[in-house]
Amino acid sequence: MSDSETAVQNLKHHFADLEQQKATSTFGMWLFLVTEIMFFGGMFASYLIYRLSYYNAWVAGSQTMEIQYGAINTAVLICSSLTMVLSVHSAKLGKRKMTAICLILTLVLGFAFLGIKGVEYYGHWVHHEVPGLNFHFEHTGNYDPRHVEIFFSLYFAMTGMHAVHMIIGAGLLTWLLIANARGRFSSEYNSPVEMVGLYWHFVDLIWIYLFPLLYLISHHHNG
Amino acid sequence: MSEHAHPTVKTFVAVWAALLVLTALTVFVATLELGPFNAIVALTIATVKALLVLLFFMELRYSTALTKVAVVAAVFFLFLLAGLTLSDYLTRGWSSYINPFH
Repeated sequence: MSDSETAVQNLKHHFADLEQQKATSTFGMWLFLVTEIMFFGGMFASYLIYRLSYYNAWVAGSQTMEIQYGAINTAVLICSSLTMVLSVHSAKLGKRKMTAICLILTLVLGFAFLGIKGVEYYGHWVHHEVPGLNFHFEHTGNYDPRHVEIFFSLYFAMTGMHAVHMIIGAGLLTWLLIANARGRFSSEYNSPVEMVGLYWHFVDLIWIYLFPLLYLISHHHNG
Repeated sequence: MSEHAHPTVKTFVAVWAALLVLTALTVFVATLELGPFNAIVALTIATVKALLVLLFFMELRYSTALTKVAVVAAVFFLFLLAGLTLSDYLTRGWSSYINPFH
């Protein structure tokens, strides 16, 4: 299929041209991401309020986090953002094979992130840090261990929601790989690759804030 | 609509390297004892990283004004959410002497 054929085939009748169609889908995708920012924003606001209210418990909870896991996962996500941006770049140039390679690398890095997160979650389970299931916290400072449980509830809510987004992203990447293999994209029409790219980077963006908030900022404080 | 400029592979690799360096930096700073500045420095670094991702990886730098307005609006409402909520929580004790429920 030639470039102009994919272009004609993918232009919806209610748009004047591909340029207008692309501007519309880009804006639509950003609007969706804005709602996502507000969705995660609610959890970030709860985190902020509880940290200010139960500071000592928050420090104690945060200090049980293993920074190396979080740091490695941050690096993994940043690398996956690079491969994602390169697959968008390749798709725009109409390089199908390069697009596929970069998408596969992104997918592999995404699963690496989830794997490391899984190992971390297993550690929380072993250490009795899962709220509602097996929570037991040996407290040594001036705080209520139930407040540490709130920390872990928010930790699991935020990282869990983040992981759900990663899993959805992995599904979208798989869909792109299939569509790319079928020759759906060309240098003229590649919006889906670009939109999934925006989503993937957004998920990276959330982690960029989760990492310091959950792992780093209380590392050296006294609970 | 005008043809957008697009960043090169070199730009992407430079942004990627900067993000990794900033990650290493924020982990290093966490091992220092800085009191309240631990949070301030960590969140400042996170915001620089977020801006790099937004501007270059998400190509906001090359986007239309409409898209930029949407993103700025999101940040504004996020601060509104946190700001108004905190203005409630942080000031509850202030008027406890006239609080009819106490």
